[in-house]
Amino acid sequence: MQALYAQLLVGLINGSFYALLSLGLAVIFGMLNIINFAHGALYMMGAFVAYFLLNLGGINYWWALIIAPVVVGIFGMILERTMLQWLAGLDHLYGLLLTFGIALIVQGVFQNYFGSSGLPYSIPDQLKGGVNLGFMFLPVYRGWVVVFSLVVCLATWFLIEKTQLGAYLRAATENPTLVRAFGINVPRMITLTYGLGVGLAALAGVLSAPINQVRPLMGADLIIVVFAVVVIGGMGSIMGSIITGFALGVIEGLTKYFYPEASNTVVFVLMVVVLLVKPTGLTGRAA
Amino acid sequence: MKNTISALLLGTALVLSVASVASADDKTVKIGVLSDQSGLYADLAGPGSTLAAQMAIEDSGLKAKGWTIDLISGDHQNKPDIGTTIARQWFDVDKVDTIVDVPNSGVALAVNNVVKEKNGVYINSGAATSDLTNAQCSPNTVHWTYDTYMLAHATGQALVKAGGDTWFFLTADYAFGAALERDTTAVVTANGGKVVGGVKHPLNTADFSSFLLQAQASKAKIIGLANAGGDTTNSIKQAAEFGIVKGGQKLAALLLFLTDVKAIGLETAQGLNFTETFYWDLNDKTRAFSKRFSEKLKSGAPPTMVQAGVYAGLLHYFKALEALGGNPHDGAKVIAKMKTIPTDDPLFGKGEVEANGRVTHDAYLFEVKKPSESKGPWDFYKLVGTVPGNQAFTPLDKSTCALLKK
Repeated sequence: MQALYAQLLVGLINGSFYALLSLGLAVIFGMLNIINFAHGALYMMGAFVAYFLLNLGGINYWWALIIAPVVVGIFGMILERTMLQWLAGLDHLYGLLLTFGIALIVQGVFQNYFGSSGLPYSIPDQLKGGVNLGFMFLPVYRGWVVVFSLVVCLATWFLIEKTQLGAYLRAATENPTLVRAFGINVPRMITLTYGLGVGLAALAGVLSAPINQVRPLMGADLIIVVFAVVVIGGMGSIMGSIITGFALGVIEGLTKYFYPEASNTVVFVLMVVVLLVKPTGLTGRAA
Repeated sequence: MKNTISALLLGTALVLSVASVASADDKTVKIGVLSDQSGLYADLAGPGSTLAAQMAIEDSGLKAKGWTIDLISGDHQNKPDIGTTIARQWFDVDKVDTIVDVPNSGVALAVNNVVKEKNGVYINSGAATSDLTNAQCSPNTVHWTYDTYMLAHATGQALVKAGGDTWFFLTADYAFGAALERDTTAVVTANGGKVVGGVKHPLNTADFSSFLLQAQASKAKIIGLANAGGDTTNSIKQAAEFGIVKGGQKLAALLLFLTDVKAIGLETAQGLNFTETFYWDLNDKTRAFSKRFSEKLKSGAPPTMVQAGVYAGLLHYFKALEALGGNPHDGAKVIAKMKTIPTDDPLFGKGEVEANGRVTHDAYLFEVKKPSESKGPWDFYKLVGTVPGNQAFTPLDKSTCALLKK
């Protein structure tokens, strides 16, 4: 029984990465209607920026948590301005293909310069060590990841669903012409939203740098699972992606305990089941 | 009429003589480096293996003696179907004679069958499974650098003798992991130890915490990592995070490469014991080669044992070709020649190619240095012991290779 509690907690930790990443995807899909396949590459860039900040500039983890999302977010906004904005109104497929191409290029460039085996990034001194919970040894850093991502997820949800700015945003996706008539700069809002989604991916990258290797393919390995999370939760639903992210982390953790060989596929099995029963996803609205 | 006949005869004679000259002088060879060029084993093999092959071609001196040697490389992406497709195309369309490297045991075993079917030459350096020279041995295969039997015996035995008599395995769920776990289990039990449990994880897993918690709960003295590359580095890094080593359990990295230690960082990796058959800083010859190698490799890294094995394996292959004097296209014949010549190269020293295709040379037990002991960016290993070649690998009387039964 103790082992089970431990696995639940570990699942929750992984779930926080899924939640943060799928949240960014949901924001981008909900507001821009773009299936952002570059998300994994941008997550990877977040981890690399943290690595460069530490090793080239001596800037520590805490600053990286702020600087990396901003840097990668700006990169994302440049992408949106120069490429993605031309796809507005076209079929989803174009956005998917373009962002997939961007992901391949970004990963290829990083792999070319940094190889594939990864770079070390250590846990910040303040978060080293662990606590004995009785049923498991919880590394302090992992606890921090859960709490921090939960706060970020809820703050994002609040921003989009409960504030004036969020209301404008949601209105702009429903009827851009009308919102523009009220004197709101819709294109700029879209760009900032993409920057926000990308920033969330980069933030997850910084969080993951100390526990996984900083590797060019770290995003590529994760992105497929995250997409499954978004599909299960319902494309574009903010709360849906947060809850599904955490829930799937837990389910995956349990699978690792009961039948480890299936741990890489359980998410997709679930996706198939959900799509068969409810094609719009658990919390998605019908298109 | 008479003139026509004599002209025909003359022509035929000319054609025949040209043909016979051509076959006696056939000194064209094509070598394919089949590797993981972009995935989790790309740093320990990949582009570095291609470079090692190029250097072997240059250093063999065969070109100066009139040989034409071409080199191509391919990316098997760690998928057996892609590996065999490339291998087939190389033999059928590109007229490749020899395939080298092929890390990833799953791909390596699949390619083994293709090379045998096409009567090519297969010099494997990157794969670990000892099946290549046992149950699945082939007259067309030489297994150069290391294998699971050697890793299990060198590392496993040393750890059991040092008191690590209960084991829990974290095993990569494919041919390599299974072979390594099987071979290590045999060593552990033969030396009076016991395996108390294990877990099979999918290849390329980012998060090991669930598995590590199970290993922790098992209370085994040794946690055996029957995985490689990114899987091993993630396991070690996260084991440190969960306080496993501090809690009194010991990690056995059954397979650890130079590039893995670099990725983990000495802070976390220090004190790990493991086995390799090559290290760049072993002696003057290995240092000289490594210097040349790292100057040419884009990342500036010294060679791993897999890359060193590609170089040494090809050098020995070229010796056999030279001894044969030409006609390099009958793979089984070339391999048979390789088995008659003792191996001796600057990187692995003296050894031999045994009848089952296994190459024997010394293996070394290393320990990862403390950060304070390391003097340079790649100064990672402390030599703690040497296992002579004839003890490190499967003894011939225990090999299950069918080639040995006559």
